Amino acid sequence: MAYPANFRYTKEHEWVNVEGGTATIGITDYAQSELGDVVFVELPKVGAKLETGKSFGNVESVKAVSEIYAPAASEVTATNGELANKPELLNSDPHGAGWLIKVKLANAAELSGLMDGPAYEAYIAEKGKEASA
Amino acid sequence: MDSVTSSVKTELRKTPLNALHRKLGAKMVNFGGWDMPVEYPSSGGLMAEHKAVRGSVGVFDVSHMGDIRIHTGKTPGGALAAVQHISMNDASKLAIGQAHYSAMLNPQGTFVDDVIVHRLADDDFLLVINAGTREKDIQWVRQNTATYDCVVEDLSDAYTQLAIQGPRAAEVLQKLTDADLSAIKNYWFTQGTVCGLPNRLICRTGYTGEDGFEIYVPGDVRTSEAVWNAVIEAGREFGIIPCGLGARNTLRLEAKMALYEHEISDSINVWEAGLDRYCKMEKIDFVGRAALAKASSAGLKRTLVGLEMVERGIARDGYRVFDSAGEEVGVVTSGSPSPTLCKNIALAYVPPVHAAVGTFLHVEVRSQRIKAQVVSTPFYKRAKKTAPQAVGTA
Repeated sequence: MAYPANFRYTKEHEWVNVEGGTATIGITDYAQSELGDVVFVELPKVGAKLETGKSFGNVESVKAVSEIYAPAASEVTATNGELANKPELLNSDPHGAGWLIKVKLANAAELSGLMDGPAYEAYIAEKGKEASA
Repeated sequence: MDSVTSSVKTELRKTPLNALHRKLGAKMVNFGGWDMPVEYPSSGGLMAEHKAVRGSVGVFDVSHMGDIRIHTGKTPGGALAAVQHISMNDASKLAIGQAHYSAMLNPQGTFVDDVIVHRLADDDFLLVINAGTREKDIQWVRQNTATYDCVVEDLSDAYTQLAIQGPRAAEVLQKLTDADLSAIKNYWFTQGTVCGLPNRLICRTGYTGEDGFEIYVPGDVRTSEAVWNAVIEAGREFGIIPCGLGARNTLRLEAKMALYEHEISDSINVWEAGLDRYCKMEKIDFVGRAALAKASSAGLKRTLVGLEMVERGIARDGYRVFDSAGEEVGVVTSGSPSPTLCKNIALAYVPPVHAAVGTFLHVEVRSQRIKAQVVSTPFYKRAKKTAPQAVGTA
């Protein structure tokens, strides 16, 4: 699956897509494939304040729980309600219908330290090599 | 997001099928020091693998399991006496060609490991043990049989062990062997030619709660891969897929089969684990018996129960359990979504007063108390094959 060039990516495999004053956050295709079948998603409430690098929710597959970390200081403006009944959207469309939350960024410049699409692809290719070494 | 599968750092042990798993694109994990497939995305992943075993057939590489053979020393009878001493079930009741579930115990009546004991001949036994406890087990067996007239052999690395599991397992394996599989009852075994390899052990055993077989073939890469590929080919018409440890865990959990360091460990005794029926106190002696005799009259402090989550949330190993008054009363040993039941299930240790079916408890899931209910176990039991209906002429 392609990693949109205009998204920004964290080393913990979250993506951020900034459109106007709002940023949408999700987990990457690599993340969903590492997790396997997603069965449960726990998200913060609208209005919750997120701190950079702090956990704001959980994604659970059959076999494990994974925390999701905030890529930047922000305030939650919307959550993806569809995931409550269709957590598998994270597997089938992680960069689209499987989005997690929308936020208002405290400081958009914070994202400049994150990877763009090609950089993230290089990053996971490197991880793949480590794992099979 | 956390990385679920940590990259391989230390030198992990590999089964002869390791390269094949990697070629199939399996996700590999460190399981008790072994580099093992947890799921095969190319098969459709854990959920698909679980469903294949419940609905048709799947194949697992379980070569990481250990094998200890205990056989006659100078005079016949020594091996049986040794096995009787180190295991809690009564091996004298086994016929040749029969196997049973048993355990090796500490003097405290807690678990060294659980084990399947196979009686190969009158005074010749094969004990199949867990991967993560292999070295400890072998050392323990050697120590505890030292005064017995028997020979203890560690055959763990000699075999590749495949588990072919599911309602169609017999049909798949029958294509590859001259042994009459329909004549092998559950927990019995035979020796036959498999894929042209003579005298292979074929056991009607497994760790899935489903019908199935475990076979032992020579542990070289070439033979192992050839047999694996033959099984896949023979199972193609039934939709066989390779299955990993992830599905193995959800399958055994639904069937309430114990996992070492979870439901059983060196701090949990036989009565607590509810494995009474495999523990034969009428045997004169075995390691752990005296402590168990004392413990059974002392009454239980905790017992293993099945939980079904009533509210949304998944209980996981180590999560704390609370009673309805908010008192902490126990701990979850295994928990997962159940792919067969489409519910979130768990096993937990709680005091007997909270163990009645129907009791409401709470499991703490990330600081939230989620309501759960004690349910009867196993969570899943396969339907007994009904005998063909007699067409009456009377």
